[in-house]
Amino acid sequence: MTIPHTAPARLEWRVARVTAVREEARHARTLVLDVPEWPGHRAGQHVDVRLVAEDGYQAQRSYSIASPPESTPVELTIERLEDGEVSPYLCDVLRPGDGLELRGPIGGYFVWETSLGGPLLLVAGGSGVVPLMAMLRHRHAAAAPVRETVPVRLLYSSRTVDELIYRDELTRLEGAGDVDVHFTLTRGVPAGWTDFQRRIDRAMLAEVGWPAASGARAYVCGPTPLVEAVANQLVELGYDPSRVRTERFGPTG
Amino acid sequence: MADSPFIARGFHAKRAPAKPDRLPPGQYETRDFPVLSAGPTPRTALSKWSFAIEDAAGHSMRWSWDEFQTLPRETPTVDIHCVTKWSKFDTKWEGVSVDTLLEKARAAGVVEGDFVTAFSDGGYTTNLPLADVKGGKAWIAFGYDGAPLPPEHGGPARLLVPHLYFWKSAKWVRGLRMMQRDEPGFWEQLGYHDRGDPWREQRYQGDP
Repeated sequence: MTIPHTAPARLEWRVARVTAVREEARHARTLVLDVPEWPGHRAGQHVDVRLVAEDGYQAQRSYSIASPPESTPVELTIERLEDGEVSPYLCDVLRPGDGLELRGPIGGYFVWETSLGGPLLLVAGGSGVVPLMAMLRHRHAAAAPVRETVPVRLLYSSRTVDELIYRDELTRLEGAGDVDVHFTLTRGVPAGWTDFQRRIDRAMLAEVGWPAASGARAYVCGPTPLVEAVANQLVELGYDPSRVRTERFGPTG
Repeated sequence: MADSPFIARGFHAKRAPAKPDRLPPGQYETRDFPVLSAGPTPRTALSKWSFAIEDAAGHSMRWSWDEFQTLPRETPTVDIHCVTKWSKFDTKWEGVSVDTLLEKARAAGVVEGDFVTAFSDGGYTTNLPLADVKGGKAWIAFGYDGAPLPPEHGGPARLLVPHLYFWKSAKWVRGLRMMQRDEPGFWEQLGYHDRGDPWREQRYQGDP
C-alpha cells in the first residue's frame, strides 16, 4: 500500500446525517449515515466521532466502519456500554434525521482488500466483529472468480447468543456457501446449540482455522485478552507474525 | 475545523472530568491500561536483548540487558495520552533517562541528528525530533507500577515519551537511530501525525 506523505490533506470534521438505525443484537445498533463528500474507505478502517454539548463539553471516540467500500451510505455498528458516555447517546438518543460529526477514514494497517488475497481467517470477540464484517461484505461484493481465490473462515466469540451481532446475515452468508462461520459462546448456550461453547483456544483455532502452511492472513479484533491470546496462539500454530493483524479494544465508552 | 462546532442534540457530559486541566482536547480519563498494537506481541529473551544508539556514519553505542541494568535509574510518574482517546494519569515507571544514554553515545562518537527513529522488535518504527527525547522528557522504561514491564505493554523495554501521543512511546524498543531528516515511521506512514502533541491534538497527518 502506498500512502502519499507529502502535503497530506487534513481529515476534516463532517456532519453526517443519520438516515436510519437498525438494531443488530442486544446492546448493538447500526447507524446508517449519509456523509457529505465521503472520500471512500477500505474494509477495516474506522472513523472518529465527536459529540459536542451545548456547554462546549466534547467527547470523541473511534468506531469501526461496518459497511464495505462498495456501498454508500456509511454504516457504523455501535456496542452500547452501560457505563459509557458516547455509546449510550449513539444507541439511545440519536435518531434518524439527526446530525453526527465525524472524520475519517482512519487506519491503514488493519485493512483487507481483495487484492491481498487469501485464505482469510477472521477472529472476532464481541463488537470486534464490526471491521471484520466490512471485510466479509467487501469480499461478498466481489465477482465470483475473485471470491473463489479468497476462501474465508470466521470464528466469532460472544458471551451470549443474543449479543451476537449480524447473526442472521452471517448465517445467510454461510448458507450461500460463501463463508465458514463458527460461533462460540462463553456464558451459556441456548437449547439445541451445536457450535462451540468455550473461550477461543489453540485447539479451536487449529480445528477451524487455516493451517499456517496455507499462507493464510489472519485478522483478529476484540477485547485485549482475547486478541492477545489468539494472536499468540496463531504464532504458536506457525503463523508468521507479519500475517496476523490485530485491533484491540480497550474500554471505549 | 469548523469555526462553530456542531452541537449534538441532547448530548450532555455524563460526568465532569475530574482533572480537566490535565486532559488534552478530545481525551477522556481511564483507570484501565488498554493495549494497542498492530500484531502479535513479540517475545525477546533478555539474553538476546540489546539497546543501541547509532548514527548514519556507523558509530554506535550498545548495551546488553545486564549492562543496561547498571545504568542510573529514574522513576517518573507521568500522565499518558493515547491517540485512541484515553488518557491515564499518574502512571509510575522505572527506566533510564534518554539523556543518560545520549551522553554515553556521544562519548562513543555517535553524532546527533535533528531527528531520531526509534526501532523495535517486530519491525515497528516511530519518528521523533531529537529535542523531544532530550532534556528529561524521555526514558527507556523497563518497569511499570513496581513490576517488570509486561510484554503486552512493551516489555522488556519501551520508549516512554509521555508528552506526545503514546504510539510515539515505542513498545519493544531496541534502539534509536539518528536522522538528519524526519522519516515517517510505521503509524506515521499510515496517516498518523509526525509529531503527535496531544495538547495541539496532532492525531493525524494534516492536523495543525
